[in-house]
Order: sequence, then C-alpha cells, then structure tokens
Amino acid sequence: MQFGIFSVGDVTPDPTTGRTPTEAERIQAMVTIACKAEEVGLDVFATGEHHNPPFVPSSPTTMLGFIAARTERIVLSTATTLITTNDPVKIAEDYAMLQHLAGGRVDLMMGRGNTGPVYPWFGQDIRNGLQLAIENYALLHRLWREDVVDWEGRFRTPLQSFTATPRPLDGVPPFVWHGSIRTPEIAEQAAYYGDGFFHNNIFWPMSHTKQLVQLYRNRFAHYGHGGADQAIVGLGGQVFMRPNSQDAVREFRPYFDVAPVYGHGPSLEEFTEQTPLTVGSPQQVIERYAGMRDAVGDYQRQLFLMDHAGLPLPTVLEQLEILGGEVVPALRKELATGRPAHVPDAPTHASLLAEAQAGAIDVLDPATSGGTR
Amino acid sequence: MTTRTLAVVSGGLRQPSSTRLLADRLTAATVDALRDLDVDATVEVVELRDHAHDLTNHLLTGFASDELRAAEDTVAGADGVIAVTPIFSASYTGLFKTFFDVLEEDALTGVPVLIAATAGTERHSLALDHALRPLFAYLRSVVVPTGVFAASGDWGVGGDAGGALASRIDRAAAQLAALVAGAPPREVADPYDAPTPFEELLRGGG
Repeated sequence: MQFGIFSVGDVTPDPTTGRTPTEAERIQAMVTIACKAEEVGLDVFATGEHHNPPFVPSSPTTMLGFIAARTERIVLSTATTLITTNDPVKIAEDYAMLQHLAGGRVDLMMGRGNTGPVYPWFGQDIRNGLQLAIENYALLHRLWREDVVDWEGRFRTPLQSFTATPRPLDGVPPFVWHGSIRTPEIAEQAAYYGDGFFHNNIFWPMSHTKQLVQLYRNRFAHYGHGGADQAIVGLGGQVFMRPNSQDAVREFRPYFDVAPVYGHGPSLEEFTEQTPLTVGSPQQVIERYAGMRDAVGDYQRQLFLMDHAGLPLPTVLEQLEILGGEVVPALRKELATGRPAHVPDAPTHASLLAEAQAGAIDVLDPATSGGTR
Repeated sequence: MTTRTLAVVSGGLRQPSSTRLLADRLTAATVDALRDLDVDATVEVVELRDHAHDLTNHLLTGFASDELRAAEDTVAGADGVIAVTPIFSASYTGLFKTFFDVLEEDALTGVPVLIAATAGTERHSLALDHALRPLFAYLRSVVVPTGVFAASGDWGVGGDAGGALASRIDRAAAQLAALVAGAPPREVADPYDAPTPFEELLRGGG
C-alpha cells in the first residue's frame, strides 16, 4: 500500500491574513513539500498540471525532474497529466526522460481536464475530450512499447517510422493510472489496459466512488488481467489534523469556508460527513481512512491533498509531520491486517522490471491488435 | 391493475403554500384519472424548499447530498411528473430552475410532464407557455397540452373562476394520465452497469 500526497499547485490567498503567495514562493513551496513528503516517510508525490491561473504547475516534468534530483526514494507522479491537450508524442518523450533521470521512480495519472478554454489554447476542443483521451493514450501506449511506430488517427498528424526517444528505462514503460471522477468510459479504459484506476473522491461521497471502482474492478477481470480484487485502485483524500480535534476544526474552518470548489457551499460539518475530508485528531483520520477499503476493497494507493486553499507552508509541513509520523504508520499496519496475499501492491519500476524479466508481461499487447492505426 | 409512479415537484416557498395546494389538486385528479384507466399510481412529492441549501451546494460542489440525491432519483425514475412553481419576475423561480439544472442529462427525456404555476394575478399566466414549456421541451419531456395556472383569484370560493380552475385541473390530469398509462413503465439504465466496451470506444463509438 502506497501513501502519498498530491498537489493542485493553486496560488490562493491565505484567508486569515489576506496574503497571496507569489508564483515563485508557491513553486518553491511545492518542492519543499515534496522533499518533506519523502523525509516523513511517504511513498508518492504527485503534481497537477494546469495551464491557467491561479495554478503554477504547467510543466510537470521540469518540476518532477528537479525534485527527483533532491530526493532518493519517493515515487514522482502526476495528478493529472492532460492526455487530451498534450501531444502524446511529447508525453512519451518527456516522461521517458524523467524516468531515466529519476531512476525509475516515475508513474503518471492520466486525466482529461475539465476547463473548456484550455482545449483551444492547445488546438483541441473539449467536446472531443473523451475521444482525445482514448486515441492519445492508445498512441502513447504504443510509443512506449514499440520501437518503431507507424500511426494515423483523428487528432494529430500521422507518424511514419517514428521512434520516441529515449526508450523507457530498462524497456519498462512507466506505470499509468487513469483518473476520473464520473466517467465510466475511463474506468473501462483503465480496465482494458490493465492500468491503475484512481478515483479522486475528495469532493465526492463514497457511494459514488464505490460504483465507479466496482465497474473498473469488474472490467479489469473481464479483460483477463486478474481477479476483480487484484485491480489497481487509488483514492484521494483530504485531512487537517491537530492533537485536539476542536483545534483542528477551529484552525481549518476559515480556509474551508472560502476554499475554491466547496467554499460558500456546504458547511464544514456537512462536507466532512459527505466526503472523505476529515478535520480532527490523527486518530479520527486513522479511523476514517482505515474504513475506506470497506467501500472499494483493498486498494493500492492513497493520496492526500494537503497544500491548498491558502494554507501557509509552515502549516502544511506540520501537517505532513503528523501524516507521516502518526497517521500513515498506523494506516499501514491497519490496512495490512486482513489484506489477502493475492492482492498486489501498486506496481513500481522494480516490480514491473522483475515481471518483465520473468516473462510475465505479454510482449504482444492487446492495445496494439485492434487500435487506431 | 398496473402500477405507475408519479413524481410531484412543488416549488412553493411558503408553508402553507398555494403552489403545493395546486400540486395536490393536480395529483389527486391525475390519480383519479389513472384509476379510471385501471392504473394504480404511487405518488412521491418533492418539496423544493426542503432542498434549497442542498441545491445551492450541488451547484457549487457538483454532487448531491443523500437527501437531494433521493429526490433527484425519484423524479428521474418517475413515469410521469407534475411540476408546479410560483411565478417570480415573469418566470419560474430560481429554486425551481436549479432543481432541473442539476438533474442528470436525459433524466426526463420522453417523460410526460404536467406543468402548472401560481401567481398573485392572472397577468402572469403566459409564463407557463413562455418559460415552463420551453424548459421541458429542452429536457425533451412530453409536456401535456393543458398547462394549469392558478392566480389568487382562482382560489375564491364558488363562482366561474373556481369552476374554471377545477375543469382545467381535470383536463390536464386526464391528458397526463393518458400519456402515463399508455407508456410502459420506465426503466432507468445504470451507466455503471453496462459500460461501452473499449474496442467500441477505440473505434470512435460510445
């Protein structure tokens, strides 16, 4: 079981002081947060990708490459990589390069992006979002697995005798997660390829998350990648903690009340009841998150959103200390209990390499047999 | 006897509410008309006032509370809908519109809907045909030909006005009942149950 954090990279005023960090401060804060995540024993740091204010991370591989040089162990990932508006050729190259530089500590989470105007800025149209996600990923999947690719599709210029360079490290493509909040077709896509499925449920009730994860699990089994309980599932999470739960509520409420997405809407109490947001003591967080598997089954990756809504950097770092120091060790222990031996861990470069060397990965991939050519 | 479900959406803001009163009259008349057609009606009432905060929250967060979700599912799964709103500023209320804004796309496609409205004076009566009817046309519902409008004066005891309201209610109810009784019971597809197979998505379908 992997535990980590994901950052949207929003530049949001601190509502308690009215101060807005500069882009320079926010970018450096993200790096500091990623390094802290490794220091406190977390497994994953994932950055968002955005091309509009108030967000800073437009260039994920630049940031992750820099973080890779300053860390030794933590897996670097995305939340999400825009498979719709990025050229899949450039994704193939950028992330293969990052994978080499980071010694294999790289995976990605594909997402579509839900901001209409961003699409035309990159020559696309949001109305084609789903088809872009399907076609672009089918190409990306081949570019990492076939040395020479001839390809023709609907959304980009054809490729003749193209080789994406560098080739993936050790011939093993980075593991891919597909993130979606409410699209059955994306769960279907993840299941088809045997990739991971990440439900970013931080703004959603678990009843909804459960439906989509179950669909993915059933289809994962349908496509012959293993049992439904062996599918690779990730969830989002959102917490704010203080030793005394009332202190946590008092301190977080001003951030909650005006936060992007849910601010000025439901009360903190309603939202914590309806979504995985947990504001309270570390013990409350442990109990809540130890129960997530009751809804979705034993899963592989839990990412927390910790640095958002204008929370100041020192507070975020304190939160990471509590998360890594108290919460995650307890959750690791808790979630290992009763976890069947045949439920796999999240794939890593080392595990995928070992599988490839053992010949467990099919050389002929299902995606290349009927895909867009 | 067969069974059908009627969902009643009442947008009245006061309690007691003349909008709810009109909704109840329409419901009773429709249930009677269905019984004449050998159909037993199950009635579920959604009072939008009870969901006012949750509706705003749904707009902001993108998801419904459990209570609002149940109300949305009730309407989305009904065989026929009676939708009644007060008229504010020449149209349905914002609260009424918000409910239909957050319903899933296609939730009311092909569903028979009886539209009705209340207001202080009969000068607002064309709002039925200028505002409500286009809304439900957009939602691809089958709107019954008779819309029922009740101004304050229509509630007066006796006289032509009261009689006219009663006959409009009966006419609209009979039209809704005929549509509901004439269609098979609705089956709502679960999008998480039967996904489009990926090979089809790859070919550009789905």
